[in-house]
Amino acid sequence: MTENPNTPAASEPQQRPLVELRGVHKEFGSLPVLKGCDLTVREGEVTVLIGPSGSGKSTLLRCVNQLEIPTAGAVYVDGVLQGYREQPLADGRLQRLKPKEIDAQRSRIGMVFQRFDLFPHRTALQNVMEAPVHVKGMPKAQAQAQARDLLARVGLAERADHYPSELSGGQQQRVAIARALAMEPEVMLFDEPTSALDPELVAEVLQVLKDLAQQGLTMIVVTHEIGFAREVADSLVFMDDGQIVEQGPARQLIDAPRSERLKDFIQSVL
Amino acid sequence: MTTPEQAPADRAGTADAIPGRIRAREAARPGTWIAAVIVALIAAALINFLITNPVFEWGIVAQYILDVKIIQGVGWTLLLTFTSMLLGTVVALIAAVMRRSDNPVLRLVSWVYIFVFRGTPVYTQLVFWGLFTVIVPKIAVGVPFGPELFSFSTRDYFTGFLAAVLGLGLNEGAYLAEIVRAGLGSVNRGQTEASKALGMSNSLILRRIIVPQAMRVIIPPLGNETIGMLKTTSLVLAVPFTLDLTFASNSISTMLFKPIPLLIVAALWYLAVTSVLMVGQFYLERYFGRGFDDRAPSRSRQKNINRAKTTPKDPLPQVEL
Repeated sequence: MTENPNTPAASEPQQRPLVELRGVHKEFGSLPVLKGCDLTVREGEVTVLIGPSGSGKSTLLRCVNQLEIPTAGAVYVDGVLQGYREQPLADGRLQRLKPKEIDAQRSRIGMVFQRFDLFPHRTALQNVMEAPVHVKGMPKAQAQAQARDLLARVGLAERADHYPSELSGGQQQRVAIARALAMEPEVMLFDEPTSALDPELVAEVLQVLKDLAQQGLTMIVVTHEIGFAREVADSLVFMDDGQIVEQGPARQLIDAPRSERLKDFIQSVL
Repeated sequence: MTTPEQAPADRAGTADAIPGRIRAREAARPGTWIAAVIVALIAAALINFLITNPVFEWGIVAQYILDVKIIQGVGWTLLLTFTSMLLGTVVALIAAVMRRSDNPVLRLVSWVYIFVFRGTPVYTQLVFWGLFTVIVPKIAVGVPFGPELFSFSTRDYFTGFLAAVLGLGLNEGAYLAEIVRAGLGSVNRGQTEASKALGMSNSLILRRIIVPQAMRVIIPPLGNETIGMLKTTSLVLAVPFTLDLTFASNSISTMLFKPIPLLIVAALWYLAVTSVLMVGQFYLERYFGRGFDDRAPSRSRQKNINRAKTTPKDPLPQVEL
């Protein structure tokens, strides 16, 4: 199995790597949060990141779409280095991309946040239309039709004209998923999408995630829902103290964790 | 059972849905009545004083309240207020955005502007702008320290009105810049991150996401500032600009040797215009408050959800995992 994105493994049964993190370190000031993480997510795969709070899951996720800039290491999406020119300068330094180029890279990666972060001054429909119209320049009529389709897909066709403040948490999160899907991302990042929800609203959001996984969307999900991970994820990544401690097929790892730390963690969240 | 045609009061009165609905007499609250009586007495005394005191000369007030010079003064005052507020708001937005910029030069420029224009009296600034044609008699455009392309005399273009608007607007801009800055800062950081994750550029995020939400916070103090500006325009005689309401009423009162009734004329007009501005502010607040409805967030959110009826019979099936 090859790890190099420049020579896609066409002959191999596995899909090509879509997201690759290589030796990613991140420090906030002098506080190390990520201590050298390597991760490969293949096209169509669902990867679930678990680990105790403060272990660096969210930071790792946010490095993928450059909401955090790694202190060391590299992030590749679809074989393209994120944030810098591939070719180093003559003096060995990297050339940072222009803001416009970074925005373009981000627009191909969808993200869903713990606190939904819908635009409160726009209706559900307008939330979903915003980026296609103003980032992609899609005609309004087309964007509206697409937004209605997407809202129907997450079961909210009838809520299109409601403001976020008029929706329950689960509904808001589903609108947020539709909003991210509207940019037709190659990969979707979910940062604890159900952690801010009342227990009875968690299922409806997980159902949407499950549907998306079945449709073959590449997803990286930070969550504490072990049941969801076991059922839906292809691969599971267990992080602790800024490092990836264990990774492998989700079901196998959950049912028979190799490391003590993962065993303890699964015990504590089940 | 009640029918939909019945008034809400009737429905509450029948109380058949809940058995044993509590019916109670309110505890006595005499304070309201005592206060009402005291206020009524004071108000009556005040009205009597206003009517019977001869110095108010209500006849002269009635005679001049619709005087052409006064009405024109109201018009000029309104024009000054709106153009200076417009200039001030535009300048404030630019200054506030510059204050938040990553570019240290822009941050410094904005800081210096706010420091100078907020730190000196508006009266001084108006006198300065009035003397602008003396300080800068000629404006030339050309290569810096090099040849001149064209030039014009400031005296030909720099009218009293322009000087007044620049003086009031630039002073106001420095105050508003801080209000706008607070407004921009009030928008949740998550909004910027969510927009960035969608690939939106910084300018797009500012224009489409941050500013519209900041307006909700900015509008009430902006309305306050507009009402303040309405009255600050009375200082434009420092320029000198001599067509506004205060100057018009003062000049009539000097002519008639009757200062008190003319002061009342001016005061009544300022009050009338303020009332109209308050109505405008109400509609602006409602427009920018859309999606935010009430003050108490947790209680009002449940109220919004209930009113919108978004939760019952939600179409997405429940799943067990």
